[in-house]
Amino acid sequence: MRPATWLVPLGKWVAQGIGFFFVLTIISFLIVQLAPGDAVLSMLRIDTVAVTQDEIEALRNELGLNDPAWQQYVRFLGGVLQGDFGASLMTGKSVMGELSKAFPYTLMLAGATMAVVIVITFVLGGLAARFRGSLVDKGVAAFCTAGAAVPTFWLGLLLIDLFAVRLHILPSSGMATAAGLVLPTVALAIAIAPPYIKILRNSLIEASGREFVRAARARGVTESVIFGKHTLRDSLIPLVTILGVSLGSLLGGTVIVEVTFGIPGVGKLAVEALARRDYGVIQAFIIVVGMAIFVINLLVDLSYRALDPSISLKGAERA
Amino acid sequence: MTKLKIDWGVAAVLLLLGVLMIGPLLAPQDPELVDLAVRLQGPSSAHLLGTDNLGRDILSRVLTGAQVTVGLSLLALSLAILIGVPLGLVSGWIGGRFDWVIMRIVDTFIALPDYIVAIVLSGLLGPGFVNMLIAILAVKWVGYTRLVRSLVLQEKTRDYLMISKLAGGSNSRILRQHMVPHIVGPTLALATMDIGKVILLVASLSFIGMGVQPPSPEWGAMLNDGRAYFAQAPELMVIPGLAIFIVVASASWLGDQLMKRFTISPEDERMTSVLA
Repeated sequence: MRPATWLVPLGKWVAQGIGFFFVLTIISFLIVQLAPGDAVLSMLRIDTVAVTQDEIEALRNELGLNDPAWQQYVRFLGGVLQGDFGASLMTGKSVMGELSKAFPYTLMLAGATMAVVIVITFVLGGLAARFRGSLVDKGVAAFCTAGAAVPTFWLGLLLIDLFAVRLHILPSSGMATAAGLVLPTVALAIAIAPPYIKILRNSLIEASGREFVRAARARGVTESVIFGKHTLRDSLIPLVTILGVSLGSLLGGTVIVEVTFGIPGVGKLAVEALARRDYGVIQAFIIVVGMAIFVINLLVDLSYRALDPSISLKGAERA
Repeated sequence: MTKLKIDWGVAAVLLLLGVLMIGPLLAPQDPELVDLAVRLQGPSSAHLLGTDNLGRDILSRVLTGAQVTVGLSLLALSLAILIGVPLGLVSGWIGGRFDWVIMRIVDTFIALPDYIVAIVLSGLLGPGFVNMLIAILAVKWVGYTRLVRSLVLQEKTRDYLMISKLAGGSNSRILRQHMVPHIVGPTLALATMDIGKVILLVASLSFIGMGVQPPSPEWGAMLNDGRAYFAQAPELMVIPGLAIFIVVASASWLGDQLMKRFTISPEDERMTSVLA
């Protein structure tokens, strides 16, 4: 591929990334400005200690809360760019430290879930397409309907009840060992897989009727080669498209699963921070998760281009 | 499948939703009545589905909770349509700077996952019925704006619209007479597919303690309340979860049926399925 066709979208992505970053910082800055409750009053523990109006004003000046909003924003932005979100109200430790401690758990959960989703998708989607209209196909369809309708947290609780409380095979919460990852991953994967399975099934069926597949078959190419070289590749494109759309739901799902299973990941941290109005953590969560999603979408876009050459060509034409 | 058979299925689902809407009237007992003498009891003739950790009647709580969970979801979805559809219609039709601003807002919302936005928003606003409504509205209007806008852009270039314009048709007349008929089907299809998702979102928010607060009997909140007692009384976990599951599954089945019934072009169908 010629570099020129890559450089143009690259510039666009960088510009988009910077723009999105600013939007996220503005949102998280505004959240604290607009949120109910006064940080100064809670810092002074006004309900337990008697303070004068002067003391409140002094602290306000010291924290720069009386400066114009744009000055406060610039200061906030300066901190963000250095990865400094201040200290967590809950623990007193640095917000960035707390977040980077929690991040690996979420990443592990999301990664393991995605791996399971991919396996389930190819097995069930492939089977349903291969035996179209059969009992297998109907069974897969029923699994998809059920999986999409079952609340993740309820499935999680049922799994805990069965495997941890009754059978004592797997731990009920936490991620002290790798075994702790099994139940949360299964619960989340079942909720996320159905649209992938349906799309792979339909596009496999659609692709197998395409002219180039029939032509290959007429040339005497074996079925397995046709599947590997033509049908599958053609079917991956819609799959990757929906991947970008639903990676967001994966991250949203990790929040619920982390709370259900007591996994100390980013989602659980954010939920606890929200309950205690720990704004530094919430701000960091919005910016870090937002940027993570941006990068993931970029990667999806890239793989999409790699799979479908006509898209990068179109992009080059437009540029 | 014959036509009659489908109608029976749809009728059954609608009946279920109808029963849920009048759920509180069917509740045999006060859903918030605490009676510690009968706490954590299994099913009996007095309490058909048993009692929870405070001795409250589970059947009554599930029936009353329906109105909170399903009612709130339907209300939020209707409001999202009422806001999202006109915005998409106007944005696509007049275009220009207005469209640019609306689309950048839409892009921002789409870039952030539904659950994350709803959780952060309802966490910041605090628990409660109205705050939850706002949080769900905030994540759901976007899909309708985007869908309707792209439908408008698709139609905008057609010859008959040009002719209607040349004939002196006013903007609002063209939108009402020519655009609205094109967007009703896909919008309804997206809405029916959204119902189940919104119910799951409402229950999830309540489960993590950010939705409707106890003692109000919301299904997700009931699951959260009863967590500590699941080993002693599995009904506490099984029944509210099953209620959510049945309602969401029926709603999405209904959505599928409606999708098939509306004459939707393949492009529209692909668009709604990607958005949903």
